[in-house]
This record gives sequence, structure tokens and C-alpha cells, in this order.
Amino acid sequence: MGSGIWVYIDHFRGNALTASWEAISLAKSLASKLDTSVTSLVFGNQMGELVEETSKYVSDTIIVCDDHTMEDFRVEAYGALAAQLYQEYEPQIILMPATSRGRDLSAFLSMKLGVGVVTDCIDVNVEVGYTQVIRPVYAGKLNAKISLDGLHPQIISLRPRAFPAAEECDEAAEIIEVEAVLSESDIMIKVLDYSTSRGDVSLADANIIVSGGRGVGGPDGFDPVRELASVLGASVGASRAAVDSGWIPYDHQVGQTGKTVSPDLYIACGISGAIQHQAGMRTSKIIVAINKDVEAPIMKLAHYGVVADLFDFLPIFTAELKSRFEK
Amino acid sequence: MSFEEGELHNLVCIKHTPDSAAKMLVENGVVSWGDAPMVVNPWDEYAIEEALSVRDKFGGSVTVLTMGPESAKEALKTAIAMGCDHGILISDASIASYDARITSIVISKVIATLDNVQIVFFGKQAIDGDTGLVPMSVAYALGWPGFSYVAELSEIDIENQHISVVRLLEEGRQSCSGKIPAVISVVKEINEPRYPSFVGIRKASKAEMQVITLDDLGLGDQISSDYNGSLNWSEIQELSRKSTDAELLEGSDMHSIASELVEKLIEDKVI
Repeated sequence: MGSGIWVYIDHFRGNALTASWEAISLAKSLASKLDTSVTSLVFGNQMGELVEETSKYVSDTIIVCDDHTMEDFRVEAYGALAAQLYQEYEPQIILMPATSRGRDLSAFLSMKLGVGVVTDCIDVNVEVGYTQVIRPVYAGKLNAKISLDGLHPQIISLRPRAFPAAEECDEAAEIIEVEAVLSESDIMIKVLDYSTSRGDVSLADANIIVSGGRGVGGPDGFDPVRELASVLGASVGASRAAVDSGWIPYDHQVGQTGKTVSPDLYIACGISGAIQHQAGMRTSKIIVAINKDVEAPIMKLAHYGVVADLFDFLPIFTAELKSRFEK
Repeated sequence: MSFEEGELHNLVCIKHTPDSAAKMLVENGVVSWGDAPMVVNPWDEYAIEEALSVRDKFGGSVTVLTMGPESAKEALKTAIAMGCDHGILISDASIASYDARITSIVISKVIATLDNVQIVFFGKQAIDGDTGLVPMSVAYALGWPGFSYVAELSEIDIENQHISVVRLLEEGRQSCSGKIPAVISVVKEINEPRYPSFVGIRKASKAEMQVITLDDLGLGDQISSDYNGSLNWSEIQELSRKSTDAELLEGSDMHSIASELVEKLIEDKVI
């Protein structure tokens, strides 16, 4: 059995997701318990800046593949390289953020290396010879404990925001440069282009989310929600009812058939809090519900419940915040 | 099962799961959902719809496949009532303990026995295990291109065996393309699933489902050797519940409520 903790640094065109630094922070704490080292994997094209950024957090080793065939994440190319590197170095644990790319990479490695993998973990406990994780199942309604003892390697994807981000370190990392495994003609999928969404902060990364539900009453009803979000530097979320009514695009939907989020502060405006919505936001640190109906299910989950019409309350709350922040 | 040469044959893989509104409990270490009904995994409804709309456009047939106990035939019936042509149940006493990898190995072996499959559709994940691993694992096992999180099937070129899709990623939309046969997993945005029709429900009630066991596939031994390296939930827990209801801020003076709430959020260090 090998040793060492690896972290796949997930990024989009050189911009690392915060969840990658969270994975590094976990890796460092696991490595100190197991008395081993942390290696990060940086794959992409023109990765100079990202390698520099990564080296602020990792003091041991960074394995870099900088190649034009790695420009976009394609699981065949990234997975083939990660699997080959695994065969060469045999780390004990491979961590990655549970993003779209992280999940696809973990599926590839699971099949290629013949081991089960755990996705979306919110807790990881290790001792020498013992690895156990906790992950939410049934849309976060229950937690499953899973033992990874006896698996080589132990592949774990991490729910964004479940772990603190790494602190910077002073020492310089050793950099190992490697070649891509597949050539362009071996890769089955071709990426044609990207269109990014309207510049909204990604919900998964947001510290604060302000969400609107059926109570906003229509597309214009999101205006006071957006104004509050803009004062707080928050992302805008929505319940399924608001999305299905066509008031706001699906990208904003929080809940079982939308996104799962875990911000420091979740402000639910005019959201009754169906169990499916709760599944997507119940792990938020502080939940504020603004609802006319004191009996709404969201009031059971919330830490603070404002019993008021959101159209009366939000402008006053927004103005109050503005005046505080200006001081 | 064999299909006519040149006929477009698509497959949808679905799962029978507890309803999304079900309250999940743990009783004696076993997950239960009380009286809540079992349904087709909600994400899979979009996969069924997409397979049916491809058939509506290009002809051919749609087979729906699931893995589970005898009762999972109900999920196949719903899919047939929506318009799918054939149903296959993969059934075996050992299935309940499969992890995503073993599930993917078995599903891919079944797909490999079907002739002329062009596109395999999945929902992006199942709402019970929530791993989202199976679609891309099946693509790997078949050696076919895998497109996850597809929000739009922009082009199917049957003559040149090629598809183009739009994927929904954290940062936006990615257009990409590859050869068929291929595996795709779909997100909610891709379509609006149809309801089962009256005629469909009658057809489903009479439909004969094909049942495949691991022995039929000659897989019994292989699966037990693959089993090394599989994962199981060693313990399942209910979440710790918040002990108290929300602290209510009410009254007619919105300004004082707003000010009180701001104070509390500052105290909680979340703003």
C-alpha cells in the first residue's frame, strides 16, 4: 500500500475553484495524521499562474501537465493521466472537489482502477489503517458512514464548502512536470465552445444566498431579492415553484432537483420550505426565513423567522444594511 | 433482443426511488420511508422524455432498463406508459448491495448484449444514493463517449454517427461533440417530461418485461471477484435536528425588526 495524499486541483480555464483549496486544507490535516505528504495535480493548458497559486498552499509536491490537449477538462484525457500517475506513485488517498469535473474524474478512476469511490463527502476521518467518511444521501435527508479500509487508492470527492479553505504556507513546493497520456486523436470528445452564464456568482461557492419562492409572485418580484443580494454580495437562488413558473432561470434553483448549497447565510424570501427545497439548503450555517405565514415549514428549519410580507420587509432590511455598511 | 438494421435504438436507464417528498427515517439501522410511494427517479423522467422525443423525430424504438427487485417493474411500467416500447429488469438477489461501480459494470454488460444501441440516456443522478457516478462509469465500461449534465441535444447526425450536445457546468454552458454510440446524462433544463397517456397506461398494464439475471449474463463469478473494492454504507444516520424552532421576529415596526436582524447576523459573524 502506498502513502501520500493527492489533491486534484479543479479549475476552469486556470481559475481554481475555492473547493480546490478546501481539498488542500483537508489533505494537509490528513497528511499530518498519517505522517505523509501532500501532492497536488494541476492539469491544463498554460498553467503557469495556477501552478504559482497552488504553490502558495502546497509545500510538498505539485505534478503539472501543461499541454494543449488538456485545455478543457475531458475525462478521458485527465483520467488516463491521473490513472497512470497513480500506477507510478501509488498514493493512499486521492481527493477532489465534488464538482461536475470532480465527479466525472472519480467515476473514471473508479472504473479504471477497480475500486469504489465516495462522492460529495462532508467529513473524512483517518488513522493509520483506517479511513471513514460521511456523505449525505437521499438528498441530504440522511447521512451515510462509509469505510474505505482495504481500498487502493481511496478516492474521495468533497462537497464544496464542507471544509475550510487552506491557509498559505511559506515553503516552496517541488514541481514535477509530466506529459499528457493521450494525443488529440485518441480523445473521443471535442469541445466546441463555451458560453458563460450572466456573471452571477456560482451558487455552490457563495457565502451568502438570497432566495425567492412562490411568495415573490412574478418575475418582477425578484427585484427586491436581487437588491438585497447585491448589497450583501450574495448570489440569488430560487425555489422550484419560482423556476417552474418561469420567473427565473433554472440555474438559480436550489433544492433536490436543483443545486445543493451550504452558505454561511441563507435568506429564504417567500419560500414555504417544501422538503425538496430543504434538501438543497438545510446545511446552511444560518437560515433566515421571511414569510407571511408563521406556520410555513421553513420556519421550523430557520434560525430566525421574520413574519412579514417580503415586499414590506426587504426594502427596509436592504436600506438598513446599506446604512450600516456605509458607516 | 434484436432490432432491425439501421433502426435507431435508444436506451433509457432509470431507477425506482422513494418519492422526493418522502420523509426518510432510520429504523434499526435500515432506511425506511414510511408510506411514501416509490417513483421513477425524478431526474430520469427527463432522460425518458429526451429518448422519446428523439424517437418522435427520427423513428426507431426506445427500451427502458432498470435494475432492482421485482417491484422495480413499476418504474418500467411508468416509462412504458409515457411511451417507451420495451422494458428490461435486471434482477438478482445480490443487487441491493451493489455500489455505483458494480452497478455500472452490470448495466454495461447488459447494454453490450443489445444490438444497435445508439444513445444511452440517464438522469444526472438518482435521488437516493446521489452519487451521479453511474452514467460516466457505464460510458467508460462500454468505451463510448460520455457526456454528463446535458442541457440540450443540439444535433444528431445518424448518417455520420455523430452528436453535438450542450452541457451545463458550474461556469456556464459547454458545447461539445462526439461519435455515437454514446452515453449521456441529462439535467432538468433539457425538456418538460410528458405525462403517461391513457393509452400508454393500458399498454403498460399488459406489457411483458424482459427479466435478466446475472446468471443469464454469465456474470455471477465475475461480479463476485469485482466485489473486492466495492463500497457499502456501514452505518446510516438521521441528521441531528435543530432543537428549537426559529426565533421569531414579528410586529408592525419593520425598521426595528430589520435592525434587530442585522444585529443578530453580525453577532453570528455571517455578514
